[in-house]
Amino acid sequence: MTEVVLDALTKRFGRTDVIRGVDLSIRSGEFFVLVGPSGCGKSTLLRMIAGLEEIDGGTLSIGGARVNDLAPKNRGVAMVFQSYALYPHMTVHENMAFGLRLARTSSETVEARVRRAAEMLELGPLLDRRPADLSGGQRQRVAIGRAIVREPRLFLFDEPLSNLDASLRVQTRVEIAKLHRALGATMIYVTHDQTEAMTLADRIAVMREGQVAQVGRPLELYHRPADRFVAGFLGSPAMNFLSVRAAGARGGALRCRLADGTEVATPARADGVAEGAALTLGIRPEHVRTGGDGPAFEVDLVEELGEAHLLHLSGPTGERLVVRRPGGAETRAGARLALAFPAETCHVFGEDGAALARLPEAERARGDAP
Amino acid sequence: MTAARSELERTRRRYAALFLAPMLVTLALVAGWPLVRTIWFGFTDARLSTLDDYAFVWFENYYAVWDGQAFGLLVDPDWWIAVRNTLVFTVVSVSAELVLGLVVALALDVDFPGRAAMRAIVLIPWAIPTVVSAKIWGWMLHDQFGVLNAMLMGLGLIAEPVAWTASPDTALLAVIVVDVWKTTPFMALLILAALQMLPRDCFEAARVDGIHPVRVFFRVTLPLIWPAVMVAVIFRALDALRAFDLIYVLTANARETMTMSVYARQQLVDFQEVGYGSAASTLLFLIIALLTIATIYLGRVDLGGRRA
Amino acid sequence: MRRWSVAGKIGFALLLGAIALFALGPFVYAVTTSLQPSQALFSGRFLPRDPDLSNYSAVFAEQPFGRNILNSVLVAGAVVSLSLALGVSAAWALGRVHFRGRAALLLAILSVSMFPQVAVLSGMFELIRALGIYNSLPGLILADLMLTLPFTVWVLTTFMRALPRELEEAAYMDGATPFSLVLRVFLPLMGPALAATALLAFIAAWNEFLFALTFTLTPEMRTVPVAIALITGASAYELPWGNIMAASVIVTVPLIGLVLVFQRRIVSGLTAGALKG
Repeated sequence: MTEVVLDALTKRFGRTDVIRGVDLSIRSGEFFVLVGPSGCGKSTLLRMIAGLEEIDGGTLSIGGARVNDLAPKNRGVAMVFQSYALYPHMTVHENMAFGLRLARTSSETVEARVRRAAEMLELGPLLDRRPADLSGGQRQRVAIGRAIVREPRLFLFDEPLSNLDASLRVQTRVEIAKLHRALGATMIYVTHDQTEAMTLADRIAVMREGQVAQVGRPLELYHRPADRFVAGFLGSPAMNFLSVRAAGARGGALRCRLADGTEVATPARADGVAEGAALTLGIRPEHVRTGGDGPAFEVDLVEELGEAHLLHLSGPTGERLVVRRPGGAETRAGARLALAFPAETCHVFGEDGAALARLPEAERARGDAP
Repeated sequence: MTAARSELERTRRRYAALFLAPMLVTLALVAGWPLVRTIWFGFTDARLSTLDDYAFVWFENYYAVWDGQAFGLLVDPDWWIAVRNTLVFTVVSVSAELVLGLVVALALDVDFPGRAAMRAIVLIPWAIPTVVSAKIWGWMLHDQFGVLNAMLMGLGLIAEPVAWTASPDTALLAVIVVDVWKTTPFMALLILAALQMLPRDCFEAARVDGIHPVRVFFRVTLPLIWPAVMVAVIFRALDALRAFDLIYVLTANARETMTMSVYARQQLVDFQEVGYGSAASTLLFLIIALLTIATIYLGRVDLGGRRA
Repeated sequence: MRRWSVAGKIGFALLLGAIALFALGPFVYAVTTSLQPSQALFSGRFLPRDPDLSNYSAVFAEQPFGRNILNSVLVAGAVVSLSLALGVSAAWALGRVHFRGRAALLLAILSVSMFPQVAVLSGMFELIRALGIYNSLPGLILADLMLTLPFTVWVLTTFMRALPRELEEAAYMDGATPFSLVLRVFLPLMGPALAATALLAFIAAWNEFLFALTFTLTPEMRTVPVAIALITGASAYELPWGNIMAASVIVTVPLIGLVLVFQRRIVSGLTAGALKG
């Protein structure tokens, strides 16, 4: 059973705090993704777990034991690097066998494990080739194979798909997901790509400036972001944000006023919010409805995606919105559309960026209908 | 720097110390200790035959006054002749090597058929051991049977054979010529490397603008390769100040070509004056050290100035 | 070059010709001289009428030249091996491990290459005599290390530093100690650097003169440069130039061959040291 527990982990480089108190509890067998923009510290955190970076404060436990001061090889961890880091002068077979040979494992065991990993990753015909003769995708698989062969209790992936072509990325993503199901091992995966995070993870931790903004299952984070940052990070195209002011309540649920005066109902708790307070209303492109008697927006640009289309709109007071609708576009640039923002799909964020708490369904239902 | 607490870093540091030790010990043994010892001997009156039995004479090897007369290295005319020879040799040699090296490098920068073979040919003088070069040129400059005298007389430029390496007027010149022959390839290659690292676009822009190639050279090429060239020049100059092999083999201990190294060795080995010779060696070392430090310091200041 | 005028091209060709003549001339002359029997030399002829190899056999007959060549090979070989061994392990520490005073240490090591050879002569002499290796090859090997170690360490450190960090980390994840890392991962990748350094070190040790001159006594112990410098003939007044040229050619031809074959490596080693320094 390999749980990984990060307790108040900190790290500084010189005078800068790079990791500022991270608490995470990763369950055994979980596929856990660390995601965030460049510089948020996710790779540093991963390397601290691996033992490649010193931990300045806090405790790191793997499988229940404190490992802060252990060398990487004593932590039972294997890592897949972003640049694969294959040994250029060794064949694929030797690359995978290297770690085992260093540990003086018997040749039969080495052979058996290498063969098994090669089968799993379809590397059989490539065993005698050198990394220079392989494609990017093949090298990546060898890097994974090298990790598998050591039968670690924890797998670490450092942005393994970043160096691949877009088409190869989708394919490899699927393979990694299948691998996790086959091995059932605990995997910690770092990426800056929110699509990878959403599709691969059992749970995601969104990081920002050395701290965890939110942890949870992908859909939880998608539908219930804890702050404006997480809301804007997950989902593509990103969530729309409109500046609004608090405009009273109805049945305990906050109402907001857009810049042009239109009032919007939201599922947020109204208590504690001052009248007229400056807030941010968030709504995802796929949740914005057209028609009705809402504010009129002008279509600036239409983007056809094939199975859906995006409308880029600007509002009466200059706000911009993106709306995503299925199928082909029936509107053109220049058209004016009335938009509606269904309360259920609205998010409200305070001045500090934190999401306002939502009223439970039942209470809201008792209130006014939108 | 924070103390390394992780096991990995501690292991690395431990191994680093282990790996460094043999090399450092060896270097201390073959360089550090002998240097210290030589400086030490400079303060003694040791002689080669009685190396264990000597007395301290402090600075007497350098400068002392007995009965109103000054003695010591700093007032030794032979020492100062050696210093003069070394300086003349260095300045003239390195300047000539710079100019000729530049010419050769520019020629090799042009893409012509047989360029690789030409580059190999140019490298040959550098490949020949210094001693061998000295001997070959010694033969060519031979007063009676040397080919140079024969050619010059045949062309009517001189009436009588000149004793290039023996005559006091020409000996230093002969030594310089041989050194230039031998070392120009090195300079040429370094300058060529600097030339080939230059970005081609500004030259193409200059060509499109129709600027005369000579102007391009002086206004664009030269300033761009100057830093690298300066480094090469300084290395060469520091080498030339320490010259021994060429001078010794070509002209032995002749006064008019003797460099500081030749002088020091003569004192040490031929005259068996270990104390005096060590003092001379120490002086030479100090000169080189000061020049090296000055170069590093000026180099840093230069960089700082330019960056600002 | 296509855009040059005819006059320009001719002028350039003449320049190249002059350079080639100046570079090759002396060596070619040495070869022709070596092929002339000694009588012909002193009669003032420049091209051999009846070339023969009498000078070559004389060189080996009149001094232990074969032994001298062997000495040079042994000394240079040992110096290269020791320099590389000491240099490679030091290079990992100096190039990739951060410790206080590292920059100063590198500078100190490099500064040793600035020592005038004569500045360590008396100290070295005392040391060699004390160790009982005067007039022996180990004495020369020891002395020559002073010349080769600094730039060997410097060049190898530069190359080591350039190896990817992730490669080293992957090796640690695989459980390697720094020793296995250097031996099994980095060393195989440093082939070109090792070759370049070995060549430069070999040439430096082979050509070394001052130490070989001062620390050997008997002709059997001399290395090639000293042997050639000290070739004397029967006559007290004139040197056996034919022999000297023959010896020079024997020694130079393999060196030229080496340099020509490996010129790219050598140039890269030189420029790595000088331009980055």
